[in-house]
Amino acid sequence: MSDLSFVRQQMLPAATPPVTERGAVKWLRENLFSGWLNSILTVLAVVSLFYLVKGSLPWVSNGVWKANSLGECRARLAEMGPGTSGACWAILVERWNQFIFGFFPNTLYWRPTTAFALFIAALAPVLYYGLNRANALMIGLVGAVLVLILAGLGTDTWHILLSAVIFAALAGAGWFAPKHLVYLTLAFPALAYYLLWGGSIWGPVGLMAGFGLAILIWMQLQRSLGMVVSASIGLVVAVVWWLWLQALVTGPLHSLLPIQLEPVDSDQFGGFLLSFVIGITAIAGSLPIGILLALGRRSDMPLIKLICVGFIEFVRGVPLITMLFTASLLLAYFLPPGTNFDLILRVIILVTLFSAAYIAEVVRGGLAALPRGQYEAADALGLDYWQAQRLIIMPQALKISIPGIVSSFIGLFKDTTLVALVGLADPLQGIRKIVLADINWKGIFWEPFIFVGLIFFVVCFSMSRYSMYLERKLKTDHG
Amino acid sequence: MATAPKMQLSEEVAIQITGMNKWYGTFHVLRDINISVARGERIVICGPSGSGKSTLIRCINRLEEHQKGQIIVDGTELTSDLKNIDKVRSEVGMVFQHFNLFPHLTILENLTLAPIWVRKTPKREADEVAMHFLGKVKIPEQAHKYPGQLSGGQQQRVAIARSLCMKPRIMLFDEPTSALDPEMIKEVLDTMIELAHDGMTMLCVTHEMGFARQVANRVIFMDQGQVVEQNEPEQFFLNPQSERTKLFLSQILGH
Repeated sequence: MSDLSFVRQQMLPAATPPVTERGAVKWLRENLFSGWLNSILTVLAVVSLFYLVKGSLPWVSNGVWKANSLGECRARLAEMGPGTSGACWAILVERWNQFIFGFFPNTLYWRPTTAFALFIAALAPVLYYGLNRANALMIGLVGAVLVLILAGLGTDTWHILLSAVIFAALAGAGWFAPKHLVYLTLAFPALAYYLLWGGSIWGPVGLMAGFGLAILIWMQLQRSLGMVVSASIGLVVAVVWWLWLQALVTGPLHSLLPIQLEPVDSDQFGGFLLSFVIGITAIAGSLPIGILLALGRRSDMPLIKLICVGFIEFVRGVPLITMLFTASLLLAYFLPPGTNFDLILRVIILVTLFSAAYIAEVVRGGLAALPRGQYEAADALGLDYWQAQRLIIMPQALKISIPGIVSSFIGLFKDTTLVALVGLADPLQGIRKIVLADINWKGIFWEPFIFVGLIFFVVCFSMSRYSMYLERKLKTDHG
Repeated sequence: MATAPKMQLSEEVAIQITGMNKWYGTFHVLRDINISVARGERIVICGPSGSGKSTLIRCINRLEEHQKGQIIVDGTELTSDLKNIDKVRSEVGMVFQHFNLFPHLTILENLTLAPIWVRKTPKREADEVAMHFLGKVKIPEQAHKYPGQLSGGQQQRVAIARSLCMKPRIMLFDEPTSALDPEMIKEVLDTMIELAHDGMTMLCVTHEMGFARQVANRVIFMDQGQVVEQNEPEQFFLNPQSERTKLFLSQILGH
């Protein structure tokens, strides 16, 4: 028998790995002490972290929470012992409302608060589709917190009761008929507009009617005229409705049924309320526009391609600040005299378009990453262009683009602080400067930055974690 | 294994290609192709790589556009008219070398997508049809998995079932076993043989000469974008006429 001959008589069973390859030991060895260089770096990092925390923790924990001015803060700190350093968190307590709501009338704080609670309820079924029971419980919880906050704000009993009933109904809908919560999501823009700006309820109703009209026309004509033509006709009709016809209908309706909230002017918006209004609207608007731009850029039709490429390259080539100044100054010249086009609305439109150009490029990257075979398989099965895009291409391209899209959203949300440059009161520059202009708080420096920074971090970090959750949820290649 | 049952070919013409030419830029990929395919006929197309055989069958459902000549599929001529293209595509199934399943959908969703959206079949009915064809390709238990969880052979059988769900009258196969491990080739070929016995009109680009011998009515050999030789499989393999064919056959059968 030659030495090369071997026959296995029995297959080996699977064995457990050795101790150093399991559990915490493995983790420590692989992540912290994998070699002498990494071990030294680990020790150095631990030591510097220790000194960093040791140095800054007293400043944070000594902080004074109750005072009426910076001077009072300092006096309190001096009482603790000579040389004690500490933060003056009292400024945040005293100016909390201003950081959150800007100059929104005190008595109407319940309106943005309710709008925000409704926002969570409207978003949950979209972000966490499929988790119906959990969403229902979450909506219930948000409702309960809302009631407590409204009570704390001193809202009248009638509004507290109303919101309790509404949220109980929403939670019930989420529990028993979760699919129907999407109507809340669809109606939310109008609801939020009504709650935030007030005025007659027929304004937002007319606004939504315009969208409804556009969708109706598009669905009716799609079969005979194709997607693009029917959608354009729908859009034109909607614009005509908004500009000329809406007032003819909503005016009489208002005099017939005058339901309205006290109007609030855009000048009174500020703080995180402003950041959220601009950020959320622009995020919601820029994704669909970005997708259409990305498709247009890959289109075979030269005119559409030219328009999309031109738009994307122009917008990406211009700083956001320029766009904001355009919003605040130039647009006023171009619009017919006498039109009162709200500054926040103008800013939202330009921020949306700005972000859409970036989203378009991110989505285009996702489209380019798809193998040609996916398009060919869709074609070979007889799907038309829009069916292929909606059912085959976009679900995959968007999944690939999630990290890039969320990065754009995070950037966009942080960029909302730039609106300070056109005179809007964002939390970082606008409100902080206004607060510091108060003689009582003059000279305070770190605390507002830390507070505003912390809130931005929480929001952006949540978006980032959500995107990771979504990537895991959409993963289909194994497991 | 016995050769394919010699049945009388139908008089009905399924595909008529006349004087067809195609260029990629200035490169003349397909030159004066004339092929008539009868209903129920099984044709194997072979040839060296770059001979235009894939391009030829991709022209039949207009994944590629031809510039000259005529292609008539089931009485519908392929022109730039989108209505005709959609009509032909819904009648012609295609199986690709790399399966091209939709990775974000389950196997069942892959199968029901086109029937639901193109044929407007009610979902329940589409599910039933899909399960029927999954049973036919012998993997009904995988219906709720994703393509990424299946082996290559299973994926290709799903791809065949996906085409069959549209109830096509003609099936095109573009090197369906070239990307598979040897162990999996047989399961895919078995599925295709079964399909051939059911009387499906089939055009297969493949190098599986055993398959050609067993089921084909006709073998077409292509080189440099043109049809060099075509014949019944027995004659084609035993008695090739052209020098080019002899060389090709000695290359692929010689090892």
